[in-house]
Amino acid sequence: MIHNGRLFALILATIAVLFALQFALSDYLVLAATRILIMAVFAMGYNMLMGYAGLLSLGHAMFFGAGLYAAGLSSYYWGSSLPVSFLIGILASAAFSFVIGLLALRTTGVSFMIVTLMFAQAAYLATLYFSRITGGDQGLTLPTDARSFSLLGHQMDMTSDPVRFNLALAIFALVLVFMFFVTQGPLGRLFAAVRENEPRTRMLGFDTYRVRLAAFTISGTVSGLAGALYGLVFGYIGSAFAGFHYSIEALLFTLVGGPGTLLGPLLGTTVMTMLIDRLSGLTTAYLMIVGVILILVNRWFPKGILGTIRERALPWLK
Amino acid sequence: MSKEFFGGRGVTRRRLLQGITSGGAVLAAPGLIRGAQAQAGDAIRLGAPFHRTGIGASYGRWYERTAMAALKVINDQGGINGLPVEIIVEDDGTDPKRGVEVMEKFAAEYKVDAVFGHLFSHVVAATAPRAGELKMPYFLCSEAHTLASGAFNRYCFQPSITDVKSQVSSMAPWIASNLGKKVTLIYPDFNFGYDHRDNMTAAIQAQGGQVVADIAIPPTETSFTRYMPRIPFNTDVIYHVMVGPAVLTFVKELGEHLGSKRPEIFGFIDSLEAVDMDIPQLEFLEGTYFWEAMPRYAQADQSAADRDFRAAVGVDGNGASLSDPKDVATYAHMFSVWETLFAIKQAMEMADYRGPGQKIAMMEAMESIAGFREGTEFPQGDKLFNGKTHQAFGHQNISQVTDGRLEVVHRTSIEDTLYPDECDYTQMSF
Amino acid sequence: MDLAPYLLLAGLEGLVQASVLMLTALGLSLVFGVMRVVNVAHGEFYMLGALIAWACGAYIPGPPVLGFVAGLLVAPLAVGALAWAADRAVLQKIGYNPEGTIVSTIGMLYILQQGALLTFGPDARAVDAPFYYTIRTPWFGYSSYKLFTVAVAILLVAGLWLLMRKSKVGLLMRATQFDRETALNFGIPVGKVYSAVFAIGAMMAAVAGVLVVPNQQAHYLMGTDPLLLSFVVVIVGGLGSIPGTIAAAVLIGLSDGLLSVFFSPTLAKIVSTLLVALVLIFRPEGLFTVKGRRA
Repeated sequence: MIHNGRLFALILATIAVLFALQFALSDYLVLAATRILIMAVFAMGYNMLMGYAGLLSLGHAMFFGAGLYAAGLSSYYWGSSLPVSFLIGILASAAFSFVIGLLALRTTGVSFMIVTLMFAQAAYLATLYFSRITGGDQGLTLPTDARSFSLLGHQMDMTSDPVRFNLALAIFALVLVFMFFVTQGPLGRLFAAVRENEPRTRMLGFDTYRVRLAAFTISGTVSGLAGALYGLVFGYIGSAFAGFHYSIEALLFTLVGGPGTLLGPLLGTTVMTMLIDRLSGLTTAYLMIVGVILILVNRWFPKGILGTIRERALPWLK
Repeated sequence: MSKEFFGGRGVTRRRLLQGITSGGAVLAAPGLIRGAQAQAGDAIRLGAPFHRTGIGASYGRWYERTAMAALKVINDQGGINGLPVEIIVEDDGTDPKRGVEVMEKFAAEYKVDAVFGHLFSHVVAATAPRAGELKMPYFLCSEAHTLASGAFNRYCFQPSITDVKSQVSSMAPWIASNLGKKVTLIYPDFNFGYDHRDNMTAAIQAQGGQVVADIAIPPTETSFTRYMPRIPFNTDVIYHVMVGPAVLTFVKELGEHLGSKRPEIFGFIDSLEAVDMDIPQLEFLEGTYFWEAMPRYAQADQSAADRDFRAAVGVDGNGASLSDPKDVATYAHMFSVWETLFAIKQAMEMADYRGPGQKIAMMEAMESIAGFREGTEFPQGDKLFNGKTHQAFGHQNISQVTDGRLEVVHRTSIEDTLYPDECDYTQMSF
Repeated sequence: MDLAPYLLLAGLEGLVQASVLMLTALGLSLVFGVMRVVNVAHGEFYMLGALIAWACGAYIPGPPVLGFVAGLLVAPLAVGALAWAADRAVLQKIGYNPEGTIVSTIGMLYILQQGALLTFGPDARAVDAPFYYTIRTPWFGYSSYKLFTVAVAILLVAGLWLLMRKSKVGLLMRATQFDRETALNFGIPVGKVYSAVFAIGAMMAAVAGVLVVPNQQAHYLMGTDPLLLSFVVVIVGGLGSIPGTIAAAVLIGLSDGLLSVFFSPTLAKIVSTLLVALVLIFRPEGLFTVKGRRA
């Protein structure tokens, strides 16, 4: 049973268009789209918590980093095949986000933001402290033989551009459909209930702590999945990816696209990535422009692009 | 929240959608539609990802100036194989992710013939695998030992600047025989520092010396006084190699702590690149020693090549900008950008390179080069180039701070800097 | 070196760190206490203070003392004015929505950082101390300027205390902090009070930047670390409580100095960051506040 059929149709159409893009776009845009899809998964994970459960985290880089390191280190040290490393990355970030969620969700609002920020900072410092293993700031370059794997008898070569694009797209599509069923189903309505009126939801007999924990864990796991994917597709892991800047990126992408909309993160990631990509050729002050956009969006479109469209015209777009 | 944010400004659905589509078109427009691309064969295009912003920005600025000066020389000489040379600069923000993105942009959008000029080792480590996958010749101006240790691929070269291992192993004998055998190491707590620690410890022990203390300092630290007591009293030599904006503090606090009873001090100039030596905070560095790849201050026996190089880049005899004596260059590193461009030129000429179809021939030519002669094109000095490890080896200088200037007191031979090969990239496929 | 002088040195260093922290953290705490705004751009005000001090030192001829004093006056005024304008133009427009202000101040952080890079360049800038005198002990030498910063910091904090307790402005601020709605009803210009508080908070950070820059150097990325440490102090001290913040700054400054004698500094930082998170989770009112009403 599919609720919100129009949205589901839109999602399928989006995936189809994305697939068709590789035949229409220039080589560079296909590469850019590959990166955008991976970062959009990260933003989708972030959106799960911020948009749907109404909890603003400033530390999601730690989950991205957890997936990145778990996947990358297992591949680097144990030589595990790419799908196995990927799975390890997902499991590790699931466990990590569950534990962090158990603690952090005892707070809300501003305290929650700072607690997540502090946990993320500790995680970032840990990647530096254990630099004998992690490679610290300089990071580790994954060996060349960890750059391909066989899937159902087909040799998948991670160095081939079409393979990378379609792999990123396939995983993006799976996450998107998964997100659809989570957010548009009963669990999603529960998330929205907690976001809109937590005391009332509790009075109705729901354990709101557990609802939030579920949202937090899903959010962290999806973010970690994106990290694992990034590490394996680009063959590099380093502490920069666990830094504050990446927590802000996820926030920025979600905020621009529209928190609490399924396609918002993809739209936000695309707009911001391409904006920075084009601007960096023109000016070195692109971070300043990012700052201005953050302020302006927050001022005039606190619901982001798709959030605004939803409010003005298409209420089913969520 | 509510509609008050959009307060009846009449944003209709259609206008909104129109706005979004046209915005998307603008983002996608400039030269990105399939098929529209630069005509191959009319020029040689080189991609230059420089650290214009982020932690490496001091270096990036001078790398860019040096590259533009070398470009002018090359084009004045008629370019490469009769083709004019263009350099396309992009900012990588000293960020690994952005480094990879820029590499993709060079490969797929600008379709350059080669990419050169990355310095910071984390950006290099992230970008190198992608360069190999995009089949893009990638020339490093970094110092990390990672390339020569075999961690990268056949597309990566370092034809000018030497790696840490070679620098350190050639310094140790001189330190042990001239400054003392009991060494205290102070280094940043990450890989760059470990390269120094491991190589220095081994090298100094080989000289019959001993490391009496090693002090790792976290990269986030801004004050260092509290680490100073860990320096044992019986230390003969303090060996320091700090990087980042806080190094000046480090040096100053070292001086405050030790006063006039200081042991000998040997440092890597990396600590003080882009910093004026002749300032009150650095007075007590008087008499201490520094490693320099290329002497910042014009020496009495200055070569013609060094004079020409300074004039071309716009640097005076003190290693500062001709237009602003307070604007000090990253002189011990930036020559590598200049020399790398001429190394690329030489390889392209050997392969009679005319366009991207001949990349492999160009790289094979590079691997066949055994070294470079000192001259206008290689102002730092003679070089040996190891085609197997893709790494250059050159002279190293030891300078002493004398009256606020660095005076060279020893120049190693190239043989002193060699070590056994750790990899053979020619065995890899392209 | 023996343990005793070792500890003495660590203690001195801790004290210097504590005094600078006290200034930055008090600014952050004041802004949070009165306005309920978490100012992520706070470290950038500190950075701007340091860069302005450098500019004063570099462009004002004469002995370094002149440049230093000029910096001490110009930096807080300029930064305060900037913060005032930022409050009017940005924070007021979003109605001080707690989450919105965090996002907006992150935007300010990027703008200020890049702006500093474009105006002052990427190099670390050294500033002459107003005086040079190294106090020599039998074991080590110590900069007298560092002790001077401790004294100045104490004076400034005393000044802030008087401002909050004895002046009309302070009364208005405390009234607004205590109950915003009632303050509005009593005709207190809450909007102006907010702008003033935001400016004063930024000025505290700017002064800290001026004081610290002869010890360190001015650099456009220098704001991040003090920001995180100030967060730590503000939270451990109890959000918005001034005496708590002072106590926490001394505690954390000293313990950071002493802990790093015995442990790896990176490990010490990890532990202290985790401690803050745990304090927030299990004792959200801070370590130094009495249970009950939160200021």
